[in-house]
Amino acid sequence: MRAVAAERAGSSSWLWGGLKEAALQALVALILAVPLIGLKTVQEPGGLGLQTRWDAVAIAVAGVFAGRLLLVIVRRWWPQRPRGAQSPAGAARIRGFVRLLGPVAIAFALLLPFLPFADRYVLDVSILVLTYVMLGWGLNIVVGLAGLLDLGYVAFYAVGAYSYALFASNFGLSFWACLPIAGALAATFGILLGFPVLRLRGDYLAIVTLGFGEMIRVILINWSSLTNGPRGISGIPRPDFFGVPFNPSPAPDASAFHTLFGIAYSPIQRVIFLYYLILALALLTNFFTMRIRKLPVGRAWEALREDEIACRSLGINPTNTKLTAFAIGAMFAGFAGSFFATRQGFISPESFTFLESAIILAIVVLGGMGSQVGIVIAALVLIGGPELVRELEDYRMLAFGGLMVLIMVWRPRGLLAFREPTIRLSTFDRAARARGEASGTVPVP
Amino acid sequence: MPPAAAAAAAAEAGGQPPALLTVEHLTMRFGGLVAVDDVSFAAPDAGITAIIGPNGAGKTTVFNCLTGFYKPSVGRLTLSHPRRGPLYLERMEGFRIPQVAGVARTFQNVRLFAGMSVLENLIVAQHNELMRASVFSLAGLLGLGRYRRAEAKAVERARYWLDRVGLTARADWDAGNLPYGEQRRLEIARAMCSRPVLLCLDEPAAGLNPRESSDLNRLLIGIRDDHRIGILLIEHDMSVVMGISDKIVVLDHGRLIAEGEPRQVRADPAVIRAYLGEDEDEDLPPEVARDLARDAGSA
Repeated sequence: MRAVAAERAGSSSWLWGGLKEAALQALVALILAVPLIGLKTVQEPGGLGLQTRWDAVAIAVAGVFAGRLLLVIVRRWWPQRPRGAQSPAGAARIRGFVRLLGPVAIAFALLLPFLPFADRYVLDVSILVLTYVMLGWGLNIVVGLAGLLDLGYVAFYAVGAYSYALFASNFGLSFWACLPIAGALAATFGILLGFPVLRLRGDYLAIVTLGFGEMIRVILINWSSLTNGPRGISGIPRPDFFGVPFNPSPAPDASAFHTLFGIAYSPIQRVIFLYYLILALALLTNFFTMRIRKLPVGRAWEALREDEIACRSLGINPTNTKLTAFAIGAMFAGFAGSFFATRQGFISPESFTFLESAIILAIVVLGGMGSQVGIVIAALVLIGGPELVRELEDYRMLAFGGLMVLIMVWRPRGLLAFREPTIRLSTFDRAARARGEASGTVPVP
Repeated sequence: MPPAAAAAAAAEAGGQPPALLTVEHLTMRFGGLVAVDDVSFAAPDAGITAIIGPNGAGKTTVFNCLTGFYKPSVGRLTLSHPRRGPLYLERMEGFRIPQVAGVARTFQNVRLFAGMSVLENLIVAQHNELMRASVFSLAGLLGLGRYRRAEAKAVERARYWLDRVGLTARADWDAGNLPYGEQRRLEIARAMCSRPVLLCLDEPAAGLNPRESSDLNRLLIGIRDDHRIGILLIEHDMSVVMGISDKIVVLDHGRLIAEGEPRQVRADPAVIRAYLGEDEDEDLPPEVARDLARDAGSA
């Protein structure tokens, strides 16, 4: 970095400096590559033998040299701004981009099932992505707004899924009746988790929430009489269109979705309905979050994230504030879990492993903590990305990992890391004037 | 607030101003260490009381006991709330002290909500009032006008305090991006937005230049005179302490060594001994010694 800075300062020998830097890197690569790449053990009749691959070493070293040189040249022509600092112009650009992107994305999502390329596969992937978008938005309340690092978020997803599965298959309740029950149960579990971790912060909180997530999974595996253990619950009722089933051959006196609308039956109708269902649930999560950010509870969450001691000195009850964040975040995971159960028709504890929590958290962090649009993009990249590069087969996860590293190098604070204030004095004044109220003149005692 | 007005009238009529805060036998032990040892004093309503003393005298510990961050080992802290009557702070849970008793504080190392805007900092300070107005945010969630009006009022109060501390133009900045002196002023404004009856300031002039600290003096005197609330102040800057205090409490090694008006305290031999020391080689902050010597010379 120092060499780069020095040569950018105006010295004409920047290329020479770059060459020196590249040579140094190549030397390091050579030292590493000789034992790691150059020597290979092979089975020989008399035992292990050594095979040398100097051509491969040469390629690796040349690759490092060329790559470093390229990096120097790129930096020369494309100066970086200091790491972590965001210029006001950059922030304004992102803000404008987001403001434009939000409505466009919603319009696109609404039209997607009717676009020509939207076949069953595209819709299935979209449903999966939207499920994670919703989970990301839900977790964002806990992690992004309230600043409580939760590694066991999938537990609430599981609670929601099992609530729906059990209530629907045992009591025959409809999806819409189960949804609030699942949300309430998940919120209750959120509060149950919240109480013991009230005093914890940061790493310690993460460890306990991680343990909580595993506890729920282990209970689901072992409480066979209720949850059917590791075999899971199958035959979960599929969703119907507000009481009208998606049924290819209904009884003569019963109605089905296609007879109701007088169209031909197609299995994709159910998929499209599921798509709109999760879209509606996800948008509900989003609008709720956007709204509550501007309310006292939401502002208290963000204040808690910024400084808990200052919050207490202002008379904000930290217990209630944390518990509401846990409960509301969990509630949305419960909704998403219900949807997951009705879509799959089968759930087992294997769907709710730690990996799921990690992916949801990765979506929130990658998107830029607290950024709603960023979470959508991150979910597209993390969930849709592996589908896009499916052709790479064995190298799929490698490419995926490389992509994540690149994103974190390119945007260390997440894709869209900026925070829009929940209220602006200038906007507030304009709005007040528009309502015809006098503003800025009232003396306050 | 009629009772406060009545009290103020009584004070003007020549009566002794009633004590807003009474500290009796306050003791705070941390294991074997006695940080505050049997300290008793009273702070008048609508007056500025300064707590001074060398480093490690226990000043911040007294503050932390008053504002609920520590539970005192022994002692009674009585706040004569103008509307709610006497409240015993040592019995209240930490966050209830600002919420119910109306004791607001600032911190030695500024604690703002750095990632939030200046205006948001001031709105968060009115959390409890807004929670009541919005029925725990439910009315706001449903978009009822009741919350909108409450928020508009909160913004007006925030605007008033922004104006008082000269930060109106910075209202939409991130609090963390303000220069240090403005962060200090914002912290005071934030504390005042919670409408306290007692404002506790922990070294408000630390790190301020002379102009900023004389602005601070004016601000604090203004708060006392316009809002008729008590101010409790920890400060090392003697120009602030001597310039604005109505009363000074001196602590040394956790014990109260002097209490009274600035003039009395300045001449008190125990205070001079505590600051200047009996031995030549005792550590003391040089600027404190210089200020004390200068003030004693001018008196």
